[in-house]
Amino acid sequence: MAEMNKIDSALLEAVADLHKVPEGAYNIRKNGQFFGRASNANIQIESKTDKPGINITVQPGTKNESLHIPVILTESGLHDVVYNDFYIGEDADVLIVAGCGIHNCGDQTSQHDGIHTFHIGRGARVRYVEKHYGDGDGKGGRVLNPKTVVTMEEGSYCEMEMIQIRGVDSTLRDTEATVGAGAKLIMTERLMTHGEQFAESNMTITLDGKDAVTQVISRSIGKDDSRQVFHPCVIGNAPCRAHVQCDSIIMDRAQISSVPEIRANDSEAQLVHEAAIGKINGDQITKLMTFGMDEEEAEKIIVEGFLH
Amino acid sequence: MLELRHIDFHVPDKDGGINKIIDDLSLKLDTGKFTVITGPNGGGKSTLAKLIMGIEKPTAGRIYLDGQDITDLSIAERAKLGIGYGFQQPPRFKGLTVRRLLSLAHGSELPVDECCTYLTNVGLCSADYLNREVDTSLSGGEVKRIEIATLMARNLRLAIYDEPEAGIDLWSFTMLIKSFRSISQNRHESTIIISHQERIMQLADDIIVLADGKIKEMGPKDDIFPKLISQVNSGCSFRSGKEGAKNG
Repeated sequence: MAEMNKIDSALLEAVADLHKVPEGAYNIRKNGQFFGRASNANIQIESKTDKPGINITVQPGTKNESLHIPVILTESGLHDVVYNDFYIGEDADVLIVAGCGIHNCGDQTSQHDGIHTFHIGRGARVRYVEKHYGDGDGKGGRVLNPKTVVTMEEGSYCEMEMIQIRGVDSTLRDTEATVGAGAKLIMTERLMTHGEQFAESNMTITLDGKDAVTQVISRSIGKDDSRQVFHPCVIGNAPCRAHVQCDSIIMDRAQISSVPEIRANDSEAQLVHEAAIGKINGDQITKLMTFGMDEEEAEKIIVEGFLH
Repeated sequence: MLELRHIDFHVPDKDGGINKIIDDLSLKLDTGKFTVITGPNGGGKSTLAKLIMGIEKPTAGRIYLDGQDITDLSIAERAKLGIGYGFQQPPRFKGLTVRRLLSLAHGSELPVDECCTYLTNVGLCSADYLNREVDTSLSGGEVKRIEIATLMARNLRLAIYDEPEAGIDLWSFTMLIKSFRSISQNRHESTIIISHQERIMQLADDIIVLADGKIKEMGPKDDIFPKLISQVNSGCSFRSGKEGAKNG
C-alpha cells in the first residue's frame, strides 16, 4: 500500500476508527484512485471493469470477519463517483465499515458519491457502519451524496448505521431496501448539521415477505443556520412489522423537516411512525447543572447522548 | 448548617398584584438532621427547595451554608459545595443510559458494582436497568427511583428530595422507606425531604409545616407529628372551611 500521510491517517481514523492498516479484508480509495487492498479466503475484492468501483464477495458461511472500505478525498475540486457491489453469501456473518472523509483546503468543491448495492443471501447477517466527516479550512464545499440499495433474502438480518456528525456541507442521501420473508432490517441514522449545512435523507423500505421487519431510528441535531429534511417511507406488501422513529433537536436558527411515511398494501401489515422535533428541554439542562456542570457542558452532554 | 434569612420569593400575578410564594421566611437547619417539609399543595415547598438549590433566586433575603453566603452562587457552584436536589418530576434524556446518568451525578465513571448498589437501594434490579436509556421507555416510577439514585450516588452536605414517593407504587414505596433514612444518612450529611407521606414524616428528626409561603409549624417530629394527625382526624378541612394541613 502507498504511504499514508498525517491528513490521510486523521481522516481514516475519523471515518473508520482505523489507526493502522486494518485486519481482515480492506480496500482504501484515495482521491478517486486505488490506494490499498487486501482480500482473504472468505472475502474477495475485485475492481470493476466497466466503471469505477469494486465487487465484494463474501463466501457463504463466513463467520466473524470484518471488511473496511474507507474513502478519503484530500484534493480540492475532485468529483469522485464510485460503485460498490456487495454479495453476501448465505449464512455469512460480517461487519462492514465504510465511510468517507473529505479534507478540503482549496476553494473548489470536493464531492464523493458512493453508490452501494447489497445483495444479502438467505440467513446472512450484516452489520454496516458508514461515517461521513469533513474538515480542512478551504472555502470549497464538501459534498457527499451516498446511495444505498439493499436486497435482503429470506431470514437475513442487516443493521445499518449511518453517521454524519460534522464538516459535511451538503448531503443528499438515498436509501432503498427490499426486505424478504422473515428478514429484519434496522436502519439507524445520526446526523448533526451546523453552519450553513444542508442534509436531506430519503429512504424507501419495502417489506415484501411474510414476517419481514424493519426499524428506522433517525436522530438529528440542527444547529446554526443549517437545514435538514427527512423522508423515510416504509411500504408493507405482506404481513409485516415496521417502526419508524424520527427525533430531532433544533437549535439556533436551524430548519428541520421530518416527514415519516407508512404505506400498507396488506391488511396484516403493522406499521407505526413517530416524529418529534423540539429544543433541548430546560429541565434537562437544570438537572445536569445540579450535578455541578455549567450550561455549556450540560448542553454538550445532552447532544452527545442524543447522538450516541 | 443551612440558614435562610428573611427570604422572599414574590412574583407578579396576572391581576397586576404580587403573589407571595415565599414570604419573609427564616429558618436554621442543623447539620446532621433529617428534616421533612410538609404542608398543603401550593404552599411553597418546591419553591423553597429550588431557592436552596439555586434554581430560583429569592427576590429578597440571604441563604447561608455553614456560614458561607450562597445567595448569589449558581446552581453548579452550589452543587460543587455539596448541595443536591431530586426533582419532583425528573426530566428524561434520550440516549443517556442509567449508568451514564449515575456516573455524571457521581462526577466520574462509576464501576458497575457501585451502580448496582444504588439501583438496588431504590428497588430496581440493576441488571435490567444499567444500560437502559433514561427516556420515555421508562415508567414515571422508574424515572423517579433513578432520580433518587442520582442523589444517592453523591456524597452531599445537603440532599433535598422533592416528593420522592410521588409516582412510586405503594408496594415499592414501603420497601424504599425501610432503607431511606439509613442510606441517606450514610451518603449525606443532612437531608431535607418534601413529602405528604405520614410514613416519611415518621423518619424525620424535625418537621416543618409550610403554608402560604410561611412556616406554620416547626419542631421535633414528636411535637409536630401528633398535631398534624389530630388536625386530619378532627375533620376534613375542606368541608369545614378551616385552614390547615390538608394533605397532612
